[in-house]
Order: sequence, then structure tokens, then C-alpha cells
Amino acid sequence: MFSVTELNNRIKGLFELDPMLSDVCVRGELSNYKIYPSGHHYFTLKDNESSLRCVMFKSSASRLRFRPESGMGVTAFGRVSVYPRDGAYQLYCSALVPEGTGDLQIAFEQLKEKLAGEGLFEPAHKKPLPQFPEKIAIITSSAGAAIHDMIRILGHRWPMTKVLLLPVRVQGAEAPAEIAGALRYANEFRLADVIITGRGGGSIEDLWAFNDERVARAIYASEIPVISAVGHEPDVTISDYVADRRASTPSNAAEIAVPDWHEMLESLEAYDIRSRQAIQKKLTQAAQRLETLREKRALSDPTVYIDNRRIELDHMRDRLSAAADKTVSGKKQEFVRLAASLDAMSPLRVLSRGYSITVGPEGQTVKRAGELSPGDPVKVFFSDGHADCRVEHVEEN
Amino acid sequence: MAAKKPSFEESLTRLDEIVRHLEKGDLPLSDSLSLFEEGTKLLSACSKMLDDAEQKVVKLRKGADRQPEELPFEDEA
Repeated sequence: MFSVTELNNRIKGLFELDPMLSDVCVRGELSNYKIYPSGHHYFTLKDNESSLRCVMFKSSASRLRFRPESGMGVTAFGRVSVYPRDGAYQLYCSALVPEGTGDLQIAFEQLKEKLAGEGLFEPAHKKPLPQFPEKIAIITSSAGAAIHDMIRILGHRWPMTKVLLLPVRVQGAEAPAEIAGALRYANEFRLADVIITGRGGGSIEDLWAFNDERVARAIYASEIPVISAVGHEPDVTISDYVADRRASTPSNAAEIAVPDWHEMLESLEAYDIRSRQAIQKKLTQAAQRLETLREKRALSDPTVYIDNRRIELDHMRDRLSAAADKTVSGKKQEFVRLAASLDAMSPLRVLSRGYSITVGPEGQTVKRAGELSPGDPVKVFFSDGHADCRVEHVEEN
Repeated sequence: MAAKKPSFEESLTRLDEIVRHLEKGDLPLSDSLSLFEEGTKLLSACSKMLDDAEQKVVKLRKGADRQPEELPFEDEA
């Protein structure tokens, strides 16, 4: 037993097994055409007996070249698959062309769908172009204006690039095989850094070689980047889709392929100016540093050293004398103090209070009566003078 | 020392590198000066390549052994 989802998915798988359903082309009349705010287009394709639900996603719808309306006869391209949510199959339409479109246009759309489905137009596959190609291979007719325009423009813009012409027919039944062959040949011998293939403008039939599957596959297989340059601006070919770069015209391809000599000279000049400015700045900075150093007098005047030492010495001297002063004044204070106490002990001070001192005949201070005998001469000192005396009588206590 | 002459592209890449280095300004003066000298030489070499360039156009033909053979383009012009 299945769930509904399982069953629908199983049916979807069956649809996807059929390769025909993955790439169909169906004719019918548009009905119930609706464009949703999401940008997706929903419509029904019908004929007298049947109808087919269709959806065209925004990405495909944005490439429509006309405005589809209900009632219009169209050819639709796409794949048929199941939408499991509704249990309904529908056409996932990738391109629509209005009825009356020529067979070539329909063939073009069909090939485009097929190659797109195989991933030949994938941006991820596109190779970058070299900025300064040394050799350019041009695969086009050696007659006609296109090659001359390209050579002229390449020579004017970037004469350093060597141009190799691989002459081929660009229209007629032989053209696709010749173009594809030249593309392979250029790759086999690594002839160039970039290839330009294309031709000047013409009718859709004239340009048809560049809608050929062989050419498309050879471009896709090329390891050398390819610029496609077919016809005029509005002409878009399969080659344009497959190529690494599409140019609107052959002249435009020449402009894309190489830089402009004159612009390059300008940017060389810009480099010149920038490097001069940078080195000038560096030199100015160095000169400024030198100047700063020069301004330090020690380098320019050797006596400065000595002067400085002298100043230090003076400072030292000041400090020393200050210290000495401090010491002397300390001593002075001590001296005053000592002098005061000395003064207090001075015998003169004692005498001034009414005492006297007696000095004996030998000049000795007489301290005891027993030192004297009657008749001895003595001197008696007072605070203001002395008297010469003679001892008359001695009596010891 | 059979150093291959640098291509225009290689010279330009180196030149760009040199100018950026110089503009950063963090190199010693002597290194800056030698870079500057190298840059000046590259500049004149690049200018000379541009001045001297003369377009070469050839037409290719499949020669013996399918090898490409160069013919003057003017033949058919």
C-alpha cells in the first residue's frame, strides 16, 4: 500500500524515465493565460479535442520575445512532468514562439532548449578571457568586412597581439563543419590565447552556421576561450550562448579581446606618478628625520658637552655650600649655647655677687686658710679690680 | 642566466605590486629606493613594448603533417 505522496512520486519517476518527455515541442492554442505576482506564467495549451496544463517559470518567461495572450497559436518547448501536490502532469515550458514563426526559428529554439538542458550555456563553464593575449586566432572568412574591421581595431588598440586568421566559409552547407574544424585545430595546436569566431551581418539564413550544433559543441569543447561575434547587435545565435563571451559585432569582439593601448599608456603614467609620489614622500620623511637629528646641538657643537658638565658642577657647588652653611650654623648655635653656660660659670660672675678670690705668693688660688702664713703677700681679686694685701693672722676652723 | 624577458602582463603585475609597496611606505629607505628603481625600469620597458609594437597578421594554412603554416595575410586582402 502507498501513501498518496509515494504514489505520485512513483508516477513522476515514470515520466522522467522517458527521454522524449524531457525535451518536447508541442503546438496548440493558448488559453487561460495568467501571470502571477511571483512572475511565473500559468496557461493551458489546447487543440480541438485536448488540453495540457502548462507553467512557465519567471526565468524562462523573462526571455519571451512577445506578449502571449489567450487565443494565440504557439509552439511550446519544455519537459513534461508530474506536480505531486495536485497529482497532475503538466508541461514545464521553457520557451514559447508564436505561430507563423519560421521552421528555422523553431529549430533554433529546439536546439537552444536541448543544449541548455545539457548545460552548454552554464555560466560556470565560461572561461575568463586573458587580459593581454599574445595571440588571437580569428575564425572567419578571409573576404568580407568583418576580418578587416577586426584587424584594424586590434592593431589600433593593441598592436602587440599577433593575429592569426584561420580562413573558413561562414555560410553555406560546408560552413558549420569548417568552423567547428578550425576551432578544434586551433585547440590541437594551441594556436592562440583567445579565439574570435563570427561574421558580419546578414539574414537569418546567412548566420545559420552559427546556430549549428557542431559549431556549438566545438565552442563548448574549446579549451581556448572563445568570443562569439555574429552579425549585428540584435542577432543572437546559439554560438553566442555557448561562447565564453558574446560580442554584439565583430568590431565589438576586437574591442573585448584586447585592452586599449592608449588607456594602458595612461595607466602606466598613473603608476609612474604614484611611485614618484610614494618615493618623494619617503625621501621627505627621511630628510625630516635627518633635520630633527641635526637640530640636536650635541652633534653640531662639541662644547655643549662641556658646558653641560660645567652647569652640573655649579649645581653641585651650590648644594655643597648650602650643606656647609647648614653645618656651620648648627655649630654656631651650639657655640652660643656653650658660651652662655660658660658665662654662667664665670668666676667674674661670682665676684660680681660680692665674692672675691685670693691668690697666694706663688700665684695659686688660695682655697684653704692653712695654705697661708702670717706675713704672706696675697692678691685679692674683686669683680672690678684687686688689692695687694699681707696676711696678719691665720686661724683654721 | 637565460631569464626570459618578462611579458607585458608580468611586468604590469610586478609594477602594480611595487607601487602598492611604495605607497604603503613601511619599507626602509634603501629598499624603497631599489624598488623605485626597479619600478622605473619596468615602466620604461612597458612603454617601450607599447611604442615598438607593430601588428603582425598572418593567415594560417594546414601544411604538411597538418602543421600550421603561416602565410602573409595581404595575399587575399
